[in-house]
Amino acid sequence: MSQPVAQEKIRKAPTSVPDRLFSSLSQASAATILLLLSGVAFFLTVVGWSGIFGDIEGMSGSDSFVEYVGPLVFGTVYAATLALLIATPLAFAVALFISHYAPRRLAQTLGYVVDLLAAIPSVVFGIWGITVVAPLLSKNVYPWANDNLSFIPFFSGTASTSGRTMLTAGMVLAMMILPIITAISREVFLQTPRLHEEASLALGATKWEMIRQAVIPYGRSGVISGAMLGLGRALGETMAVAIILSPSDGYFWSILTNQNSNTIASNIALKFPEAYGLDVNRLIATGLVLFLLSFGVNMLARRVANSGFSGAAG
Amino acid sequence: MTATMSPPQSQVSSLTTGKMHRAIPFAICVFSIAVGVVGVYSIGGFKWGWMAIVAAHLYLLLVTIASRVIEDRRQATDRAMRTVMTIAFTTVTIPLISVFWKVIAEGASRFDRKFFTGSMRITPEDMLAQMEGAAVGGALHAMAGTLIITAIAGIISVPLGLLTAIYLVEYGKGKLAGAVTRMVDVMTGIPSIVAGLFAYALFELFLGPGTRSGLSGGVALSLLMTPVVVRSSEEMLRLVPNELREASLALGVAKWRTILKVVLPTAIAGILTGVTLAVARVIGETAPLLVTAGVAQGINLNPFSGRMTTLPVFSYYEYVQPGVPPETGIARAWGAALMLVMIVAVLFTAARIMSHVLKPKGLK
Amino acid sequence: MTANSEIDMPAQTAGTTHSEETSVEPVIAVNNLNIYYDKFLAVRDVTMEIASRSITALIGPSGCGKSTFLRSLNRMHEVIPKAHVDGVVQLNGEDIYRPDVDPVTVRRRIGMVFQRPNPFPTMSIYENVLAGMRLNANRLSKPDADEIVERSLTGANLWGEVKDRLDNPGSSLSGGQQQRLCIARAIAVEPEVLLMDEPCSALDPISTMAIEALMEQLKDQFTIVIVTHNMQQAARVSERTAFFNIDEPGQPGHIVEMDLTEKMFSNPQEKATSDYVTGRFG
Ligand SMILES: Nc1ncnc2c1ncn2[C@@H]1O[C@H](COP(=O)(O)OP(=O)(O)O)[C@@H](O)[C@H]1O
Ligand SMILES: [Mg+2]
Repeated sequence: MSQPVAQEKIRKAPTSVPDRLFSSLSQASAATILLLLSGVAFFLTVVGWSGIFGDIEGMSGSDSFVEYVGPLVFGTVYAATLALLIATPLAFAVALFISHYAPRRLAQTLGYVVDLLAAIPSVVFGIWGITVVAPLLSKNVYPWANDNLSFIPFFSGTASTSGRTMLTAGMVLAMMILPIITAISREVFLQTPRLHEEASLALGATKWEMIRQAVIPYGRSGVISGAMLGLGRALGETMAVAIILSPSDGYFWSILTNQNSNTIASNIALKFPEAYGLDVNRLIATGLVLFLLSFGVNMLARRVANSGFSGAAG
Repeated sequence: MTATMSPPQSQVSSLTTGKMHRAIPFAICVFSIAVGVVGVYSIGGFKWGWMAIVAAHLYLLLVTIASRVIEDRRQATDRAMRTVMTIAFTTVTIPLISVFWKVIAEGASRFDRKFFTGSMRITPEDMLAQMEGAAVGGALHAMAGTLIITAIAGIISVPLGLLTAIYLVEYGKGKLAGAVTRMVDVMTGIPSIVAGLFAYALFELFLGPGTRSGLSGGVALSLLMTPVVVRSSEEMLRLVPNELREASLALGVAKWRTILKVVLPTAIAGILTGVTLAVARVIGETAPLLVTAGVAQGINLNPFSGRMTTLPVFSYYEYVQPGVPPETGIARAWGAALMLVMIVAVLFTAARIMSHVLKPKGLK
Repeated sequence: MTANSEIDMPAQTAGTTHSEETSVEPVIAVNNLNIYYDKFLAVRDVTMEIASRSITALIGPSGCGKSTFLRSLNRMHEVIPKAHVDGVVQLNGEDIYRPDVDPVTVRRRIGMVFQRPNPFPTMSIYENVLAGMRLNANRLSKPDADEIVERSLTGANLWGEVKDRLDNPGSSLSGGQQQRLCIARAIAVEPEVLLMDEPCSALDPISTMAIEALMEQLKDQFTIVIVTHNMQQAARVSERTAFFNIDEPGQPGHIVEMDLTEKMFSNPQEKATSDYVTGRFG
């Protein structure tokens, strides 16, 4: 029994005052992070409460909160999904191009450019989207898609001539999340063990076969979690949508018209500066919904990322 | 037991069977471009976008067919995938080049003296000049606002983030460390507008509804910046080899001094790089400032009261509410956009250089 | 293998000594091969013939370019960026480095086993064996696939150990078993030549013996070239041995002598060889 006691003594040897001060300081900082995050949930709930349960008469429009936030949730998810569907395959291809097809020197530069793109402010993408993408698509693509594909519900309705549509917003959002997905995918592709790549090549695999055999199984979970993070960012992206989309009230499936469900974030950005009274609380309550939405998606992303290899090829 | 293994007695196929000559893909490429250009031109005039689309798809199709005929199915797939990757990459580059091109082309026109010395408190004379189409008004107030608000965010986030990282790496075990790690992950995913609403709600509860200030903007940004600082600092601190710590502790140096004098200096390059990237991330944020700091016409250097404009918010408002005639406002929006892109690019390059130059020898 | 390299390293600039034995029927013939990493000449001027259905061992101090040379025999060398060769390597009389030859075809016919076992971690044992076959066959029928798996695993002396758990991941096996799985994977596509780069160096003595016994069997069907650090292993398993050496670090490696293994170990022509095989340096 004497041994543990002796050890205990050494461990409990008096630490100097500055030592304890420093460790408590760093511990306090860590605790602040917890506090900060619970603070976000707390303050949004407290201030948003009256926006959810408060008197509807005091708010513009006469919808209940669920009626108010429903179309916004729909628009948010719709725009983000659209962006994800466009961005993921492209990001996958670009990441593979950088990691396995481009010459090495070029690949490093490209990696740098992709990282830089992730930092371009969203307001810049927004202004670019409305001045370049919207007119380009509304002149060259939308009328054609509307004429020939309108039997598909997504392409029905009166095609927008301004190009301020869900599709334009989705495409610009896709551009914005592409660097994130690409960066994460490229990282995992580059980490594929040389051993496995060479094992495949030594069996007489072509480059693409090697990629399918060694690189993709290794990087699959990385790509998926990259896509989820991209989705998270697309859900919360504000300015590009606020600038590009022409919003209306309600649920709209068509992606070529001027009538679109707005997203939560964009709706806040558009209405908040002029809002007063209970409207402010209601907007904050929608922010709480957005917080929970992206929280869920991010949790899912972590789970995928931590699950490692997503399965043996059968 | 191994008698069942039958080795190929004589390989009939020669090594060179069915290998496409290098000139063929090149010829197909030239042919596809020619068809794309001529074909599109004869139908709809000079539309280079359509020409590129036609040429790329024609090349993909032809090269795959040629490979299927001359080589085999596997080679055809390989060539097709290589082509698809290249086309996808090019497809992505075009809009990206377009972003840079447009920002530079449109923004450069407002890189004049007025832009850097004036605010949006416009004199009546300038107002008249604007009607005539002159370039008036400046972004000095927005630049000052960006500087102040980013500085506030940095002053909050850097110590908080760095100390938290130190806690996680040097002290943290057990429940608190685990919880903090998970919460930092969650914070990384907070939508920026939510961060803004949080700061707004916080200040509203204490200072009453409708308050707008530079400080609340800085708080909002710090919520976005802190997790980035924690993550990158943590990563850098973990790279410091344990032998260094042990060497110092073995000399009888106290733990806090070991951290300050040995661990931090070793990791400082990486930490600074991370902080720079974190600044680059928040300096372009618009949405959280829209709801916290708001927008003002003139210079406001006091973060504790009054609205304060930043460059991204300035750019946004000048675009959506350009005034009459709209061209002058839109030009200012592009000018601010160009400035932002330049700031981000400079910060980014600085981070790159820093991580190369300051890297201590012997560390990976 | 005690290190004494500074002391009695002979100034080796003499050309390669070859045996007079001429009865070999070469599968691979190498002529004046220089192998580069970018501008660095790693191996210079190798000329050798590799006899069919036999085991050829490559020995030499580390860094002298054995792996580099081995990988240049099935064009795995060029997988490394900027790596290239000049000279001629013929497989059954055809130059594998001619510009119109596809490296994929070459590797199909000259298989390779690596120093560290490298089964695909996401594939089962069963799928690992079939990994090479899946590339070529459009659709492999289940009975055919089963047959190939059993045949290859039997050929690699692994069938008995794994036949009840073919669906387990390849990484669930022990190191020695993984290496035999890699051999099974390589022979499943029925190559003519099998290149092995120190296949036992990551394994324990028991697994090493299992692999050596396996090589003994395999040489009836395959031509085997093995790089080994272990001279006893070379003496035990190979018919012919080539000794590579390097004058000093940074200089290109080159072949000193090649002959029947027996002769290389009992009565080599070159002093450097006898120094090396008697353990005076290396
Ligand atoms: N990937 C590479 N890039 C550059 N040089 C290399 C590479 N691999 C090996 N070398 C160099 O080539 C020479 C031969 O190496 P190697 O073939 O691995 O020797 P061995 O297998 O005989 O130990 C060494 O000088 C080594 O430094
Ligand atoms: Mg080696």
